[in-house]
Amino acid sequence: MSNKPSAPAIEGWFTLDEQPHLIGTRCNACGTYYFPKQDQFCRNPGCDSTEFSEVKLSRTGTLWSYTNACYKPPAPFVAAEPFEPYAIAAVQLEAEQMVVLGQVVEGTGVEALKVGMPMELVLEPLHETDDDVKITWKWQPMSATASEEG
Amino acid sequence: MSNEIAILGAGMHPWGKWGHNFVQYGVAAAREALDDAGIPWKDVSFVSGGATVRCGYPGYVAGATFAQALGWQGAEVNTSYAACASGSQALAAARNKILAGGCDVALVVGADTTPKGFLAPAGGYRPEDPDWVRFYLGITNPTYFALYARRRMDLYGDTLEDFAAVKVKNALVGSKNPRARYKKCFTAEDVAASAIVADPLRLMDICATSDGGAALIVSSVEYAERIGKGDAPRVAAISTVTPTFASGVVEMPDIATDSAAAAGIDAISYRSQLPLKAYEEAGIGPEDVDLAEVYDLSTALELDWIEDLQLAPRGEAAAMLRAGDTTVGGRTPVNASGGLACFGEAVPAQALAQVCELTWQLRGQCGERQVEGARVGITANQGLFGHGSSVIVKR
Repeated sequence: MSNKPSAPAIEGWFTLDEQPHLIGTRCNACGTYYFPKQDQFCRNPGCDSTEFSEVKLSRTGTLWSYTNACYKPPAPFVAAEPFEPYAIAAVQLEAEQMVVLGQVVEGTGVEALKVGMPMELVLEPLHETDDDVKITWKWQPMSATASEEG
Repeated sequence: MSNEIAILGAGMHPWGKWGHNFVQYGVAAAREALDDAGIPWKDVSFVSGGATVRCGYPGYVAGATFAQALGWQGAEVNTSYAACASGSQALAAARNKILAGGCDVALVVGADTTPKGFLAPAGGYRPEDPDWVRFYLGITNPTYFALYARRRMDLYGDTLEDFAAVKVKNALVGSKNPRARYKKCFTAEDVAASAIVADPLRLMDICATSDGGAALIVSSVEYAERIGKGDAPRVAAISTVTPTFASGVVEMPDIATDSAAAAGIDAISYRSQLPLKAYEEAGIGPEDVDLAEVYDLSTALELDWIEDLQLAPRGEAAAMLRAGDTTVGGRTPVNASGGLACFGEAVPAQALAQVCELTWQLRGQCGERQVEGARVGITANQGLFGHGSSVIVKR
């Protein structure tokens, strides 16, 4: 592993604490959530609000579906050499009533996943640059850490 | 019905990876459609082009580009961009022009030359662009198709064998279609032996990108009757509705769905909304459909579309497939052309290619892949940015 400092792959999209959250917005008038953040206009056709508050989204949800990437995606993806396939999860957040995509943590393949299982948000490296390690949100099955968190 | 128009001619340049300029494909398709209709080019007074953003400036002004290539003769032009539904939107523009009394005969044409490999976004650090974000995070087009496919497996019990059976079915009819790019009769073993791209989908479950061109000559019903073609297939409905908030299925290129958290808002599937307007406009129901051409970007997606078109109850498309009901000779053949599985996708031409197939099927001109007695056909497709379409052709 690298001794380089870590930095968010995309600035301002998630918190950097021990129990990370995605950072979205919520419409002050109708309560619709947005990720990525929306703070200009509400896309609910019944709402014309322009007032939004930044909110932390639920950091747990249920697995809506999942897959993996067996081939190296094109840039701007930065692939490790040799390329290692990774799983991808679509997780449904209950309070927000939305599905958010993300990679699954390293070492967890599709064979460990099942639609409907509880998942939680964690941070992991996405790739390294000359200066730092870019970290991003990833999804992890909750059973993997249930004992640690009690 | 007052909002119908007649399809007098259909034409296609064969799909492939020919590497020529897209204009060449469009001209070839247009000339075949004109010949098929028996209409001289100078009698066409409206040219409606499906736009392609990747063929540069001539692609952005498709209507004028094709009109110039065929020889300026003063026709009015239109260019429509609606991603995979570009062709349908161009057809809708022609229909509106005809029904408004603005022209008798229109040419609708779309053509594309596709680059090799992954379609990648522009570089730099551009988190405001959802397409940049998802590629940066490692999420490609097959990711989305695979998420939908896996959901079918875990929710409805669909199997890899079902997905392979879609490919085998489409390859068989595609082998009998001279305009298809892939004409090999693949077996379930061939599919199973191809590499996994995005679990559970293999290389042979996912459609390629292709070059191709498709064209239609359409007219008012009165004009068709005047030239003795009153029995020509008719466009009975065109739906190009956008999604209804909140879209509950994660769609390319987004990283998240809409939120359905606000009071009075439900999560809604866009795909299932698309045919509703088409059925309503044509005054028919799914029980009246003899055949369907659907956008099988993946084998599993063909099964989703069958349910979205209400040809099978939700979750039961695989049972319909297993019973042979979606095969030519079955109850409601799906993708009798061979579908995208055998064509690959040529975006601005594809929705028109679907209508070309229905036209030939309804005229009984499809030889070994003919759906006997076909009188009503429906198309369905969906692309980026809330674009999609469903067209009903009847005789």
